Amino acid sequence: MPDPILQLKNLTVEFDTEDGVVHAVTDVSWELAPGEILGIVGESGSGKSVSMMSILGLIPTPPGRIAGEALFKGENLITMPKKRLREIRGGPVAMIFQDPMTSLNPVLTIGNQISEAIKVHNRGISDDDADKRTVELLELVGVPFAERRVRQYPHEFSGGMRQRAMIAMSIANNPSILIADEPTTALDVTIQAQIVEVLKAAQQETHAATILITHDLGLVAELADRVVVMYAGRVVELSDVFAMFDKPGHPYTVGLMNSLAKLDAEQDLLEPIPGQPPSLVTLPPGCAFHPRCQLSQGRAICRTEVPPLRPFAAGVGGHVSACHFAEELTAGRQHAEAAGPVA
Amino acid sequence: MTDPMYDRNVMQHSSGSAPQPAMAGGMPIGDTSQAELAYEAGVELKARSQWAYVRMRFFRHKLAVASVIVLLLIALVGLFAPQLAPYGYDEINLEAIAMSPTLDGWHIFGTDQLGRDYLTRVMFGIRTSLWVAVMVALLATLIGTAIGAVAGYFGGQIDNLLMRFTDLILTLPGLAVLLTASVYFGAGSPFKTGLILAFLLWTAVARIVRGLFLSLREKEFVEAAKASGAGDMRIIMRHILPNCVGPIVVFMTLVVAVAILLEAALSFLGFGIQPPNAALGSLIDDGQEQGLETWWLVTFPGLVIMLIALCINFIGDGLRDALDPTQRRIRA
Amino acid sequence: MLTYVVRRLIYSVIVLFVASFLVFSFVSISGDPLAALRVTPNYDPNVIKRIEEQKNLNDPIPVRYVYWLRDAVTNQFGTTLLGDRPILPDLWRVMKNTMQLVFVAELLAILVAVVIGVFSALRQYSVFDYSATAFSFLGLAMPVFWLALMLQVLVVQIYESTGTRIFPITSLSDVDPGTGVSFWLDRAHHLILPIIVLMIAQVSVYSRYMRASMLEVINSDYVRTARAKGLEERRVTLKHAFRNALIPLVTLVALSFGGLLGGAIVTETVFSLDGMGLYFVNALLSNDPYPVMAWLLIVATMIVIFNLVADIAYGLLDPRVRYD
Repeated sequence: MPDPILQLKNLTVEFDTEDGVVHAVTDVSWELAPGEILGIVGESGSGKSVSMMSILGLIPTPPGRIAGEALFKGENLITMPKKRLREIRGGPVAMIFQDPMTSLNPVLTIGNQISEAIKVHNRGISDDDADKRTVELLELVGVPFAERRVRQYPHEFSGGMRQRAMIAMSIANNPSILIADEPTTALDVTIQAQIVEVLKAAQQETHAATILITHDLGLVAELADRVVVMYAGRVVELSDVFAMFDKPGHPYTVGLMNSLAKLDAEQDLLEPIPGQPPSLVTLPPGCAFHPRCQLSQGRAICRTEVPPLRPFAAGVGGHVSACHFAEELTAGRQHAEAAGPVA
Repeated sequence: MTDPMYDRNVMQHSSGSAPQPAMAGGMPIGDTSQAELAYEAGVELKARSQWAYVRMRFFRHKLAVASVIVLLLIALVGLFAPQLAPYGYDEINLEAIAMSPTLDGWHIFGTDQLGRDYLTRVMFGIRTSLWVAVMVALLATLIGTAIGAVAGYFGGQIDNLLMRFTDLILTLPGLAVLLTASVYFGAGSPFKTGLILAFLLWTAVARIVRGLFLSLREKEFVEAAKASGAGDMRIIMRHILPNCVGPIVVFMTLVVAVAILLEAALSFLGFGIQPPNAALGSLIDDGQEQGLETWWLVTFPGLVIMLIALCINFIGDGLRDALDPTQRRIRA
Repeated sequence: MLTYVVRRLIYSVIVLFVASFLVFSFVSISGDPLAALRVTPNYDPNVIKRIEEQKNLNDPIPVRYVYWLRDAVTNQFGTTLLGDRPILPDLWRVMKNTMQLVFVAELLAILVAVVIGVFSALRQYSVFDYSATAFSFLGLAMPVFWLALMLQVLVVQIYESTGTRIFPITSLSDVDPGTGVSFWLDRAHHLILPIIVLMIAQVSVYSRYMRASMLEVINSDYVRTARAKGLEERRVTLKHAFRNALIPLVTLVALSFGGLLGGAIVTETVFSLDGMGLYFVNALLSNDPYPVMAWLLIVATMIVIFNLVADIAYGLLDPRVRYD
């Protein structure tokens, strides 16, 4: 990989609560190349949002504690002085949040909020110029009658329009990294497709590396170059997108894919992953997935040792998995392939 | 894009060489680690009744728990005032006029111009003030809930009518209404004062309950009940009301606190509970008449009122947190 | 918006009419204003009869209500039953006195409460926050009249031990306060203790409200977005958090302003201030419906007006609310 634009090294985030210490993110490491689209997949509570918010300093650090490194072009975001971090937030590294209705200030106009983002990172820009750029951005993301709508309030925009405005706000300063936290989750399915197009357009316009946080595998398949799968705060699989869908290396990933409805197979019942996600306060010992894992079959090592993230036999260049028995997944597949297609 | 081969079969094929699973009862206990046991234990503790959770959360509030204890003690003092008091309520003792607080003769709250022991008087005052406040809260809650429920559930004209009536009462300033009512109903007795207070305070309860019913009325479980043929009365009593119990109880504690303070103010001004009935407010009034040098006559009854109101507020706060932990813990 | 205001006003007037009629009936039925006179030995019964004629005391209540209404509108609220004293001038005088007290107390209370509330929220769980919370709890549990008395007691005790009166404890002014600046200085001196009393009560309520509102706002998603844009913390707090947190408080304050005139009854009584409170209590005790009605009507009107102001203000501040 050419010089990575973002490197996470052993990122760990914990929260002190009255119920105990919440291990939201544990030992997360991965790299992001310039211009690539990385998908982070996982259930709610897997740590995907928290990990990204923590490196931008958006997690309150009295109850929260962050350890590890997050190198943006070589500078460590976690230990950086606040002033410098603010220069990076909203500028070179921008973030879009999940629910555009609550993420926009209801008493300020859309134009005000977007031009604010511009002015903060371009001291000395005139109000007129900022306003012009705001209108340009809204047009870029496909908001019709942008000149008029700039003076409207968030509640006067539809859900899809609001998300477009959020995206406009984030690309205002030509970021090198764009973090999109579940950008389509709060929207109707038909609008989701539109927003995906907007995201693609945004990425093409800015050539930004994009981190796409989602629980929607379909979105990942469509947009991402590489994928990180997270479970209970840890990375359990990391690979390029084709390899992952072709030969998943972790039982959790397999479970995720199996739980989707398939267009091309006859199914009587959907197959969810049995059991519940673990509490982040009392994590299961060993591999956090073992209570729900069918590959494990109660083997002792799954219950006692946290599996390291490692390349596994069938994994092609860079495909890593955190499973003691990743090879058996692929071995089983070869058996199945040899036995012929399933009836 | 997904291959039908990626299903359970894949994993089962690979299981041939694996050791027997411990969960299926094959392995001896000794092999299970401490951590494993702790995790198992954590998982199993989950099933508990809802009220147990509420109790648990309430007891986490040390301040609320302490308040319950203090309040109980005060209530007991009031309840057993005739037995506990060292002197009679109106017992005049011309040997001990206007004594400042002293351990001598157990006059720890001092005595007034007629030598009456103030500790005794305060005890009896507590007795009256507390039962009046509780009566007011119960009455106001009962009436207010009934009216609020009807207004909130049926909506439309009934709601309009009832709420306009409530507005009427709320348009006039509270204390003024109470004073007016007291003069013309003739107060003096604790019972009448209580009635007057309840007459004003039910409006606040009705407002709250109406709001609750308005929002709960739209929920799916009400639709479901209607669809299965439940009548209005049944829906109100068995479906919606139980869900309101929490907020209503919390609000009721607030009403008790307000009732105590209002009754004290009324009695102090001479419109509420009057001698020979004991009340903390009128004690302060008496004290004031006897001059400001005898400061203890005014101080102690007031401190007691404040203590009672404080405890009730803490308890209300604790209840609120215990009943609805989803609210952000904006303590106090 | 205009239709909304007009509709509200009309509706309020109707409510006031109905309320005033009910109260009038109530007040007229339950007490005999001439009771004391009738019992006085040697009082000329002709005088009593004359008063009854003059004041229409023998007419049925609805008729008397109409008389009162007429007097209220055309004759400056009429005159008292005994002594035939015009009501409006007295009422106006006590209203001005009370306004001095409550207006100043309210403004100061708002300022203090906003500061306390905002800083409590920003420094949640700090020593400052806990102290402010404790203070609020105490303030809410304290009977107002008792606080007033305690302050008086304190001043008296200080006098007893040091010989100096730091603040006057009764009435609005000294016997001979002079005019101009010296008058107002003296007035201020007299009002300090009552203002403190009122302030403590109000600050306890407002600061809790402000704190809760501020907390809710600073934990909101849009404040997170503002931070994510790279804004300085101070800017985030002022432009995004504080502004939004103030909105509910504005409503609360507007509503409170309505009740200001009638809200200091107890304080005025304890400090013997010639204000609305004392006027009302005396009117009640004399069983005279005219001044009681006049008082209630004025106060109720203020409340109604400020309820409307509160709603309009809310509509102006929060663009999501639109009245048609």
